[in-house]
Amino acid sequence: MSLQTTHAPRTGPLSPANLARTVVTGWLPLLLAIVVVAAPLAWMVLSSLKEPGEIVSTELSVLPANPTFQNYVQAATTVPFARFFANSVIVTLIGSTVKCLLAILTAYALVFVQFPFKRAIFLAILVALMVPPQVAVLPNYIFVAGLGGLNTYWGIILPGLGTAFGTFLLRQHFLTLPASILEAAEIDGAGHLRRLWQVVVPISGPSIATVALVTIVGEWNDYIWPLIITDKPEMMTLPVGLTLLANSDSSAQAWGILMAGAVIVIVPILIIFAALQRFIVAGLTQGSVTG
Amino acid sequence: MTGMDKSIPLGRTKRHASARARREAWVFLALALPNIVLIAFFTYRPLLLNMYYSTLDWTLGSMDAVVVGLGNYVEFFTSGDAEEVLSITAIFTVATVGGALVLGLLVALVLNKKVPGATLARSAVFAPYVLSGVGVGLVWLFIFDPVYGALSWVLRGIGLASPQWINDPNLALVMLIIVYVWKNLGYCAVVYLAGLQSLPKDVMEAASLDGAGAFRRFWLVSFPLLSPTTFFLLITSLLSSLQAFDIIKIMTPTGNGTGTLIFEAYLQAFGAYNRAGYSAAISVVLFVVLLAMTGMQLRFVERKVHYS
Repeated sequence: MSLQTTHAPRTGPLSPANLARTVVTGWLPLLLAIVVVAAPLAWMVLSSLKEPGEIVSTELSVLPANPTFQNYVQAATTVPFARFFANSVIVTLIGSTVKCLLAILTAYALVFVQFPFKRAIFLAILVALMVPPQVAVLPNYIFVAGLGGLNTYWGIILPGLGTAFGTFLLRQHFLTLPASILEAAEIDGAGHLRRLWQVVVPISGPSIATVALVTIVGEWNDYIWPLIITDKPEMMTLPVGLTLLANSDSSAQAWGILMAGAVIVIVPILIIFAALQRFIVAGLTQGSVTG
Repeated sequence: MTGMDKSIPLGRTKRHASARARREAWVFLALALPNIVLIAFFTYRPLLLNMYYSTLDWTLGSMDAVVVGLGNYVEFFTSGDAEEVLSITAIFTVATVGGALVLGLLVALVLNKKVPGATLARSAVFAPYVLSGVGVGLVWLFIFDPVYGALSWVLRGIGLASPQWINDPNLALVMLIIVYVWKNLGYCAVVYLAGLQSLPKDVMEAASLDGAGAFRRFWLVSFPLLSPTTFFLLITSLLSSLQAFDIIKIMTPTGNGTGTLIFEAYLQAFGAYNRAGYSAAISVVLFVVLLAMTGMQLRFVERKVHYS
C-alpha cells in the first residue's frame, strides 16, 4: 500500500495517465461512433453542392471547389420537385393532425368514459399495433383504387389514419393522471369534452408532443403506400419522387442531383430531430424500459 | 362523502343510472369509433382479404380470378421460390439483427462513460433511425458506387479494386445489411444505454470491489442483468427487419438476390408480374412469421409487465 501512495499523483483525477485513459477509452470510440454516423450525411450535403465534373472524377475532393446549387436546380427541372415537397407537407400535416386528434379522443374514451367492452377494444388496438402495414397493402390498394383514389390526396392519406401507436401511448399516459383532478372537474359540472380539452390535454403536453412528432416523422418518411397509390409525378410525395428521379437518369452524372434530392427529404427531419429529439427518442423507445 | 362514493348519489333511481350509462356509451362511441372503424377497415379487413386473395389465380387489374385453393402456396413451396426467398429473408434478418444488437451494445458501453459530449453523441447516433429510408438508401448507393463512390476511393487507396456491389447478388445483400445496420444500431444503442443506466449500482460496486476487471464485470454481471433489454431488442429488431422495405426497394429496385418476403410480395403484385394471388400468399406467409415472433414477445411481456 505504501508503495502505491507514493505514486498517488499518477492516479489522481487529472493526472496524465487518467486523461490519456479518458481520451483512449472514452473520447476516441465516441468520436469514431459520431464519424461513422455523420460522415455519410456530410458526404451527401457536400456532394449535392459539387459541380457535376467534380463528382464524376476519380480524384478525391472532399469539399466542393465551387459550391453551387446547380444540382438542386437540375433536380427540379428533371422532376417536379417543388410539387413533391408540397405534397409531402400536405400529406404529413393533414395525416398527422388527424391521427393525433384520433389518438387523443380514443385514449380519453378508453381511460375516462364508461363502456362495456373497453378492455376487448383496447386489446384489438394493441394487436393492430403489431400488424405491419405492409401486409395490408394489396387489399387496401384494390379498395382505394376501386373508389378512384389513385393519385389523390385522400387516397394517400385515408388508409393510414387509424392510429394504434398514438392511442396506446396516450392511454398509458392518461392512466397515470391523478383521478382527483378529473373528479374535481366533474363535480364542477364539466362534461367530457370540457374535461378533455381543459383538463387532460393541457397537462399532457409532453406526451402529446411525443405522439405528434413520431407521427410526423412516420408520415414524412412513409414509402410503400404512397409508392403504390401514386403513379403521376404531380401527386407523388418526396420519397416516391426520389425513386422516380433515381430511375429517370442512371448516368453517373446524376449522383449530384440525387444527393440534392436526398438532402431535401432528409434535412427537414434532421432539423426537427435536432430541436426536439427528447420527445422523439422517448416515443420511439417507449416499451423498452418496461420490457 | 367517503372517497369511494363518487358517482351516483343515493336516491337516484335505477332509471337515472342506466340513462347515465347510455349517455356514457354514446360519448365513448362518438370519441373512439372513427379510429376503431379505420383500424378495423384498413388493418384487420386486409388481413382477412389477403387470406382470401391467396386462394386465387388473379392478375392485378383483371376482372377474372380462378379459385386455386392452396395452389399459390403449393407453387411457392415447391417451385424453389420459398427456398430462395426464405433463405434471403433469414440471412438479411439474422445479420441485421445481430449486427445492430452487437454494435448497439458496444456503442451503448461507450456512451455510458461519463465523458463530456456523450449526450450529444447519443443524439447523433440515434439520428439515422428517424431518417427516410429512401434518402438514406440513395446516399449509400452513391457511397457504394464502384467508380465514383467514396468507398471505392478508400479501397483504391489501399490498393484494392471496388467490388460490383450492386450487380453481384451476394454483395448486394451484404450492402443492404450494412446500410440497414447503420440506420438501426442507434436505436439499439439508446435502448441498451437506458438498460445500462438502470443496472443496480450496488451490484456493480460489489463486483468492482471483488476485483473483477472491466471485461469480467461486463460479461459476468452487466450482460446477464441486461437480458430483458436484449430480449426486447431481439424481438423488436426481428419484427422491423422482417418489414424492411424502403432501403431494399431503393437500392435494388427490381430485386437482385435481395427478394425478402416483403419485397417479393411487393414485386409479385406491383412489379412486372401483377400476380395478386401469389403476392397475397407470400404476404400471408410473412404474416404467420410475424405472428410467431409477436407471440413470443407477448408471452415474455405478460410475465414482465402489467398493462392495467
